[in-house]
Amino acid sequence: MIYSVFMPGRVSIFVTCILDQLFPKAGVAMVAVLERLGYDVEFRKEQTCCGQPAFNSGFHDEARAVARHFLDVFDGAEHIVVPSGSCTSMISHHFADIFAGDTKMLQRVHAIEPRVHEFSTFLLNVAQTDDVGARFPQRVTYHDSCHALRELGMKDVPRRLLRKVKDLELIEMDTAEECCGFGGTFSVKFAQISSGMANTKVDSILKTGASHVVSVDSSCLMQLRGTLSRSGHKVETIHLAEVLAAR
Amino acid sequence: MRENTRQETLDDPKLQLALYTATGRLMDHRKKAIGGGKVPEYQDLRTRAAAVKRHTLDYLDVYLTQFEAAVQANGGKVIWARDGAEAADFILSLAKEKGESLIVKSKSMTSEEIHLNDRLIKHELETVETDLGEYIIQLAGLRPYHIVAPALQMTRYDVSTLFEEKLGIAKDDVIENQTMTARRVLREKFLAAGIGITGANFLVADSGAVVIVENEGNARLSSSAPKIQIAIAGIEKMIPRVRDLGVFLALLGRSATGQALTSYTSILSGPRRKDERDGPEEFYVVLLDAGRTKLLADKEKRESLQCIRCGACLNYCPVYRKVGGHSYPWVYSGPIGKIITPQFQGKEKDPWLPFMSSLCGVCAEVCPVKIDIPKILLALRRESQKSSDDAGAMKWFARLMTRPWLYRLAASFGLGWLGRKDGVWVREVKWPASSGPLKDWLAVRDFPAPPEQSFRDWWEKRRK
Repeated sequence: MIYSVFMPGRVSIFVTCILDQLFPKAGVAMVAVLERLGYDVEFRKEQTCCGQPAFNSGFHDEARAVARHFLDVFDGAEHIVVPSGSCTSMISHHFADIFAGDTKMLQRVHAIEPRVHEFSTFLLNVAQTDDVGARFPQRVTYHDSCHALRELGMKDVPRRLLRKVKDLELIEMDTAEECCGFGGTFSVKFAQISSGMANTKVDSILKTGASHVVSVDSSCLMQLRGTLSRSGHKVETIHLAEVLAAR
Repeated sequence: MRENTRQETLDDPKLQLALYTATGRLMDHRKKAIGGGKVPEYQDLRTRAAAVKRHTLDYLDVYLTQFEAAVQANGGKVIWARDGAEAADFILSLAKEKGESLIVKSKSMTSEEIHLNDRLIKHELETVETDLGEYIIQLAGLRPYHIVAPALQMTRYDVSTLFEEKLGIAKDDVIENQTMTARRVLREKFLAAGIGITGANFLVADSGAVVIVENEGNARLSSSAPKIQIAIAGIEKMIPRVRDLGVFLALLGRSATGQALTSYTSILSGPRRKDERDGPEEFYVVLLDAGRTKLLADKEKRESLQCIRCGACLNYCPVYRKVGGHSYPWVYSGPIGKIITPQFQGKEKDPWLPFMSSLCGVCAEVCPVKIDIPKILLALRRESQKSSDDAGAMKWFARLMTRPWLYRLAASFGLGWLGRKDGVWVREVKWPASSGPLKDWLAVRDFPAPPEQSFRDWWEKRRK
């Protein structure tokens, strides 16, 4: 009998608030992929949000309260897998900012940082696979979400996974790295600018002739699909986890 | 001519195209200049430049004193100006003393910042901008649209109409002819002017030099044709040594216009010496504070002063590319304008400004001196939270997100109200959700109808 060097264990998933309430399918897909790889997936029921909306608006007290709740909920988890670049970055990069000067809390934050993984990075770095046996016979284009790209440095990771998906054709758009215009409260405070940015992106998506736009962040996809839908375009948006779960 | 408002800019397809193409061209030039392994040490240069700037700001008092001594040793004079009024007063009294009434000026954002032209013209000192873009916006009576390209929004047709109106010449929309017109008008001014005012890209402490980079040669003429040269610069323009200059010159041109080096780099140190043929007879450097020392005292945001005004953050900013330069309240636009305007002009004046950003971070990525603009935007947002309309909403957000039962309850009520339907995107919603943030969202794009069940509902059912 051959033993794999790598033994899958238990992972705790953080299904972000926007996924939980608006895009549960992406969460379900993530569970499917992780279980397919042999992981024992746990979902801690008390989880809510990472606190980013408060942090980005400048409300550190509120962000700290939510962050503390997150740290309590995920206490002791070996791996925390998150289907969002933005929320991952909030935890692994900005929790330390909001608890600056608080040695006790920083200790907890620094302990959790290396255990928080964006979903696709987890597959590559921890599960050590770029082929999860998916098949998705579509022409897709990938949207780099700003936080995944610039804060987590994930340019290649999702693309490596996509290239291993059977029958999938990946076409790069010319503005892959440009912001979709979501930006949290920015999308409603400056709706016209936000929408202008989304339209620029949509033009570039349409040029690729892709049937699906893939991303690791549902918030970007909500912005893009909302814009595509408003202008009557049929292009679908889909979370990377859903592509990887398809067979 | 008047400025377009933010909404007018967004609604004007011609202006949108002009903005997008002009900034896009500058982005392409920068990419070509640093990409493809052309400058393998590019990231090291940024690291070095940021470190030099940080160090200089930390020891600015030392370098300012050293600079003044060096300028004096070269036969020049340093004037310390606390604000724009003091800077203008010095120039006015000097002009009066020397009996000069015509000033030629090369491009300087610092002078724009203190409205120097207005101050001088009010006292009947004719002050003429000699950079082509600046000359155009001076004629048009507009603020610079872009730190590097002040007339970026204007087409050749706009310029044709402007020249007809202001210079009384026949309409001509050939760019070369327009340039020749400006050149003809300005040549006479250069020859007649008694004072030349320039800005400074860098001030070099160990040699008392003022460094100016440009492409038109007008700064070199402004600093050499008139008898008197005055360079005006913010105190943060300092770098310690001539040998540090190379790092910055390698970065500035490439970041701004994609040039390895601009057409002209002038290193001006003092008036003409006995054995020299060219140069001014008198040489002054006006060092401006105007809020900079206050910023210097702020450790968290001090790095805002590292800026070398290359404009790369404007060109790459998806917000600037939509709203253009005149949608920002001050003379500095784009991401850098967003962080320095509140710090110089007061945070109460335009509290919305730091929020006009999706925090995409591309500005920090392209900044040649590594200013963490998103970090500073977040700090400014934090400082403005007391006056923010969001305070109530954020209190509720924290309450909801720290009480899982309340979160579930609120979600099931709130979203249930919208009507649960899988895979449907809605264009309008029932009251009361039709007011508030959802209304603003729906004004421009559709919203996903909440699905039949949330993830946690699915998970619970699956366990059973």
